[in-house]
Amino acid sequence: MTALPSPLSDWFDARGWSAHPHQLEMLARADEPALLLIAPTGGGKTLAGFLPTLSELASEPHKGLHTLYISPLKALASDIKRNLRTPVDEMGLPIRIDDRTGDTTATRKKAQRVDPPHILLTTPESLALLTSYPDAPHIFKGLQRVIVDEIHALAESKRGDQLFLALSRLQTLAPGLRRVGLSATVDRPDDIAGLLACHPDPCAVICADPGPAPDIAMLDTAEAPPWSGGGAAYAIPAVLEQVKAHKTTLIFHNTRAQAEIFFHNLWLANEDGLPIGIHHGSLDRAQREKVEAAMVRGDLRAIVCTGSLDLGLDWGDVDLVIQVGAPKNVKRLVQRIGRANHRYNAPSKALLVPANRFEVIECHAALAAARENDLDGDPRGSGPLDVLCQHILIAACSGPFTDDKLFSEIVSAGPYVTLSRDTFDACLDFVATGGYAFRTYDRWQRLQERNGAWQLRDPRAAARIRMNIGTIQDADLLKVRMRGRGPALGEVEEAFAASLSQGDTFLIGGKIVRYEGLKEMTVEVSRDKGRKPKLAVFSGTKFATSTQLSQRVLRMFKQRDWPELPDHTREWLHLQTRVSSLPQPGRLLVESFPHDGREHICVYGFAGKNAQQTLGLLLTKRMEEMGLAPLGFVATDYATLIWGLDPIDDAAPLFDLARLRDGLDGWLAGNAVMKRTFRGVATIAGLIERNMPGQRKTGRQATFSSDILYETLLKYDADHLLMQVTRTEAMRGLVDFARIEDMARRVHGRIETTRLDRVTPLAAPLFLEVGKVPVQGEAEERLLKQETERLMQAAGLARPDPHL
Amino acid sequence: MDGYEFTLSGADLQARGSGALYWPARNLLCVSDLHLGKSERLARRGGATLPPYETHDTLSRLDAELAATEAQTVVCLGDTFDDRDAADALSDQEKLWISRLQAGRRWVWIEGNHDPGPVDLGGTHLAELPLNPLVFRHIAQVSQAGDISGHYHPKARLSTKGRSITRPCFLIDGDRVIMPAFGTYTGGLHSHDTVLSDLMREEAIAVLTGPFPAPIPMPR
Repeated sequence: MTALPSPLSDWFDARGWSAHPHQLEMLARADEPALLLIAPTGGGKTLAGFLPTLSELASEPHKGLHTLYISPLKALASDIKRNLRTPVDEMGLPIRIDDRTGDTTATRKKAQRVDPPHILLTTPESLALLTSYPDAPHIFKGLQRVIVDEIHALAESKRGDQLFLALSRLQTLAPGLRRVGLSATVDRPDDIAGLLACHPDPCAVICADPGPAPDIAMLDTAEAPPWSGGGAAYAIPAVLEQVKAHKTTLIFHNTRAQAEIFFHNLWLANEDGLPIGIHHGSLDRAQREKVEAAMVRGDLRAIVCTGSLDLGLDWGDVDLVIQVGAPKNVKRLVQRIGRANHRYNAPSKALLVPANRFEVIECHAALAAARENDLDGDPRGSGPLDVLCQHILIAACSGPFTDDKLFSEIVSAGPYVTLSRDTFDACLDFVATGGYAFRTYDRWQRLQERNGAWQLRDPRAAARIRMNIGTIQDADLLKVRMRGRGPALGEVEEAFAASLSQGDTFLIGGKIVRYEGLKEMTVEVSRDKGRKPKLAVFSGTKFATSTQLSQRVLRMFKQRDWPELPDHTREWLHLQTRVSSLPQPGRLLVESFPHDGREHICVYGFAGKNAQQTLGLLLTKRMEEMGLAPLGFVATDYATLIWGLDPIDDAAPLFDLARLRDGLDGWLAGNAVMKRTFRGVATIAGLIERNMPGQRKTGRQATFSSDILYETLLKYDADHLLMQVTRTEAMRGLVDFARIEDMARRVHGRIETTRLDRVTPLAAPLFLEVGKVPVQGEAEERLLKQETERLMQAAGLARPDPHL
Repeated sequence: MDGYEFTLSGADLQARGSGALYWPARNLLCVSDLHLGKSERLARRGGATLPPYETHDTLSRLDAELAATEAQTVVCLGDTFDDRDAADALSDQEKLWISRLQAGRRWVWIEGNHDPGPVDLGGTHLAELPLNPLVFRHIAQVSQAGDISGHYHPKARLSTKGRSITRPCFLIDGDRVIMPAFGTYTGGLHSHDTVLSDLMREEAIAVLTGPFPAPIPMPR
């Protein structure tokens, strides 16, 4: 094992510290083309990533950029900058460190391009933008190392795909570049290593000691959780007790709205006035930073938060993590638990708080999985082509390129190793011309080939392309601001803002505010003390439960009794068995019941949200064919709830797999899910420009034109590249027909329809699900006919139909 | 049932689900606001670039309506073209298509606010067409009866059982008919807009387009 070089060893010695074995191993193998370090939170990952850089810069002066550090969070970049500054200054190393994110001023960004620092801390989007400048070769010329922090969070998204493409570009500009990835505990380290590698070079995996097993349990509460809902208000007193008993508690929620409501209720109950803060992605940056700073100083006893704190900001002394709501995904749960206790080699402590009774079961399943370290995850397919199209545009902004060279560069990137030349050419053609349907428009003739090299036809287009770089799709947010030049409070979804009328109250940042109006894309509010808020329904990220957890839950249903569950939940399950029955692994339970003037069926497939959603699409299609007038459906990981105009006594005829598959494409093509997918794809690939000089499109405007684009392409150019990408993406992410076939095989025709006169305990929570998908078909015409007749009669305008 | 049948100033008319108006006694088909070439014009003016297929789509539907009704007279009620240049920018194939539709028929282009002045496409170009007891013109005239017009592209919304349905519609009262737009890529004005509320009588109905055109009291 390599010893630390001085002055690093001196600095460690002066503090009485010694380096962890995995930190030394990273240093010893610093010359390998790529390394992936898997270490639990608190294991000194970031330092392990930087040790080789510090060591190299300490022993030999370097001109220009030496190390690029990339993090999925802007906040992390500035945090690391602060943390790195301390040892560098104390060791007296002549190292310049700077960060570059969306928040960095234009002046500083310009200076960085002219005279880059030794270490630059940035995000995938800022890096993509940097590579788009003509002076990119100058900036990255001497680059030695790239550190990708929290790589597990990037590996699951298009942001990661974009990043790995950018790395392939950097590798050409700096052939000696070595790559390092830092990751929390994951189920398949080799997959991430494959993404990080510069193919065909390998990427080795170094696993740190995972440390002691975490101490996790369910939170005991005096009151039972409700049957449905996500607020967990019943648990407030018990949570407050825990906050009092610990130094600092992180209280995680799955959505921002839930966090807001919980925070509000927590404050109402906080009679001792404990300092408690809130932190989530909808809050204004300045507000978030204030909370973060207070946290670092140790001023806060608890922080109510969301995924915005999933990644490792270097907090003070967190000694308890509370997860409110079912964790949905074991891997994320384990990573969140790791947020408690930054001291390596001491167990992290965590408590689970189910929000409703179904979640009690989910939490138990997750707890068992976490104890067995049974992590979940689905492999991702090859790199998406919309991201590739954007990458080609970015390359063109930087300067002329030859297709052969760009292609060989791209296939060195992990997600694109299997990309065929034909597919690449199709993407290049789309970027150059817009593809068949758009060829007639000048605006889409973006590239031209001159002297064997591709370049922008109009160099001025580069500014517009740069404005639309990035792959993050949840951008339909509007700023919320106090009226009369007040401070910014945060952001809400446009759809939520559209649902507000003047005088409505809602929660943001724990404050109740009154909606006053919309002014230049900003939601103006005023303070409104003491009134009851309208629900905070802006949603934030919504997680899907992993199939592995779903299967665990299904296995629990096989039991006759559940001594491990609290009484209230046991009773709930027994009640379900009395009025209906519980879903079982070897059969398919379908409940049929009227509710709120409509007929419903609930199909408990336990096939995961994507497959259940597809099942919804296919079953409503069959219902439409059979004249059963479906109106819409909603899917969760466990069940699909379908509503329509006619009752269904026997669901078995709906499940004819051959027929379900028949015409799947056509039915999918016209669906809202596909339109949503297309919108994302067309935006990333550059066909829909959200940002234009001097204006920004609202989500509604973008939706309007993307829906027309989709429908027109479907009709006239169904094989357009973006339509192909949309289909592939839908098939991969949203459709999952294979899992429906698995379910059908498992069930093997044992489909039991139970006709009931009302909603069952198990079906009730589905009525609160978001993401309802409407079905356009005969039912709409029937509804229209009924309603028009009713209206005409009510108005005294009815007349006999001459055709009857 | 192909359409909703009603009487205006003694003339029996049919509001068709497609958005066309048919007058069986005269074997006349009237369509309004085709806005041919809209995508081309938007792109020309630096707006959204929509795939240029709406002319094809609109003509296909018009073709189908002519085949279904075998109308001998066609009245295009104005704003047939998104602007004059859009008419000139039609492809040869599209011009040929229009000629084919015109063959053996009386064809009247009514002048709209988007397309003043005659076009080079055969047929007759008129400011308005009086055909007793009706008058066809682009924009409704308040004092007139038997008035058939387009221009406003009305649409109406209906909410029922948790579903909100918005459709282009005909507005009909004892004096007039305001037609929906027939063109692809045309938006609409909500029936409760004051312009339409002021124009239509209290007892006006809205006939929603679609497979089964049906009347409702005009939503205001």
